[in-house]
Amino acid sequence: MVENDRWGIFFAHLVLILGVALVVFPVYIAVIASTHPSGTFVRGVMPLLPGPNALENYRTVIFEGRSRAGTPPIGGMLWNSFVMAMAITVGKLSISILSAFAIVYFRFPFRMFFFWVIFLTLMLPVEVRIVPTFQVVADLGMLNSFAGLSIPLIASATATFLFRQFFMTVPEELMEAARVDGAGPLKFFKDILLPLSITNIAALFVIMFIYGWNQYLWPLLITTDPEYYTIVMGIQRMVTGGDSEPLWHLVMATVVLAALPPILVILFMQRLFVKGLTETEK
Amino acid sequence: MATIVMDDLHKVYAGGVKAVTGISLDIADGEMIVLVGPSGCGKSTLLRMVAGLETISDGTLKIGDRVVNNLEPAERDIAMVFQNYALYPHMTVFNNLAYGLRNRKFPKAEIDRRVREAAEMLEIAQFLDRKPRNLSGGQRQRVAMGRALVREPAAFLFDEPLSNLDAKLRVQMRVEIRQLQKRLKTTSLYVTHDQLEALTMADRLVVLNGGKIEQVGTPMDVFSKPASVFVAGFIGSPAMNMIDAAYLHDKGEGNALPALPQGADLIGMRPDDLLLTAPQGPHLRLSGTVALLEPAGAESHIYVMLEGNSQPITIRVQGLPTVLEGAQVDFYAALDALHPFVRETGLRVA
Repeated sequence: MVENDRWGIFFAHLVLILGVALVVFPVYIAVIASTHPSGTFVRGVMPLLPGPNALENYRTVIFEGRSRAGTPPIGGMLWNSFVMAMAITVGKLSISILSAFAIVYFRFPFRMFFFWVIFLTLMLPVEVRIVPTFQVVADLGMLNSFAGLSIPLIASATATFLFRQFFMTVPEELMEAARVDGAGPLKFFKDILLPLSITNIAALFVIMFIYGWNQYLWPLLITTDPEYYTIVMGIQRMVTGGDSEPLWHLVMATVVLAALPPILVILFMQRLFVKGLTETEK
Repeated sequence: MATIVMDDLHKVYAGGVKAVTGISLDIADGEMIVLVGPSGCGKSTLLRMVAGLETISDGTLKIGDRVVNNLEPAERDIAMVFQNYALYPHMTVFNNLAYGLRNRKFPKAEIDRRVREAAEMLEIAQFLDRKPRNLSGGQRQRVAMGRALVREPAAFLFDEPLSNLDAKLRVQMRVEIRQLQKRLKTTSLYVTHDQLEALTMADRLVVLNGGKIEQVGTPMDVFSKPASVFVAGFIGSPAMNMIDAAYLHDKGEGNALPALPQGADLIGMRPDDLLLTAPQGPHLRLSGTVALLEPAGAESHIYVMLEGNSQPITIRVQGLPTVLEGAQVDFYAALDALHPFVRETGLRVA
């Protein structure tokens, strides 16, 4: 890079600023909209400056819900989303790290066959297999349950593949040294492989948590009981539910609250997350 | 401490590749055996079979009084030092050393005592709290040694432990490992492809080629009486000169000619044994053109082309000789410095 190329620097900054603006502007609109009284939006013009009703709107959303339209307070929905996202994340991580461990460190018949079968499921995300999956879940009586919300989303070819790639970079001598040191396969996994994978686990945790949190279609399909509404689909219910105009100020307040947990997860995990994506030292 | 007895060991890999074919070797208690050979000669495979990291296809292996063919590495009472050290990167040096002992349920005080003792011996006591990534190559090497030491095993297995170090450190560690081994009197099996390491460290040397033993003997035995053309070429640097006996009869002169052993059609001469002045006693004389003069500090190498012989002959002399490149030179070899071989079998005559 030429360091004193002023136009280059200017152009680079311009592109970056435009990109940031493009991403941030809708978020800004949502935050602003959540601070206005309900009447503001009827005129069809979005205000760009904060309104006076911030506290009241958030209080309504959190404690009262839109009781008249049948939407519960969002606390429950946030909790449901959290449980679902955590179940998906923890489930995905434990299953995929164990299957990667099996595929990389054990010799068994059809090992590569199973690896490719797992790999092929990458082509079958929930949306593609949604109807048969729904049928299975319904037959098992898991509609309107946390099990139904999370289990069908737990299998993860991506995480299995990433862990496999990581395990293959761990020198084989490490496993041999552990064998000489008297560590069996599970002890090796627990004492050596797991600690070495910690940054990878953190990075995948963030990605998987956000994936789980943002699930929309699946919860929408299998939950009919408001007890099990998740926040992301709850927003949709708020917009379409009831006969009246959507209460945009409350919807926006919900949107802002729904976006918070993933942000918090990223903030808390950021150090490990970045390390996990970039670190190569072993 | 224990003896190691290999009886007709074989290793056939899944693809049918034969890495080790019929190796028998008795290793005495406290002996330092060095396995040496070119890449692919089976030396590492053999070591890993002793360690239990490779299965034994055929034959029996005894460590001490036990047949260990089907025992896990951990049950064989051996410790291994790996080429890339294989230290656990997330553990401190202390935990690296202690891991094997903890897995064997040693009492805490005993672990502590042994780790500190080994660390003291290897001069890594001040690094016990560090992670391996904060250590230099030589220090990591010591930690790897320490991990083997604390176990107080029946045998040490070294898999080219010095090949990742720079030349200076390699010499230093070579000396230290040998001193340590002599002090502890632990039976050791040491794999290397470096013939100098092999000569300097071994009680007995095992030269391997193509999965077979070419020669077993003390370093001096192997060096002064190589059992085959392969050993002659592998041990010693620069490599031994090989020349047709027929050529010597044809072009050579001197009173040693009639005394050449019967049946030998290939004669080996170490570069050190070739002299620019005629020695006392029976010798032979050859002459050729100096193709290259290579000064190497305390010694020099002279490459001489003989008429009608495609390979140049290497002569090693002390200091800088007075010969000139392109000049004609006469050189001599004493009769007892000639190594007679049979070309077809590659074996030494008498």
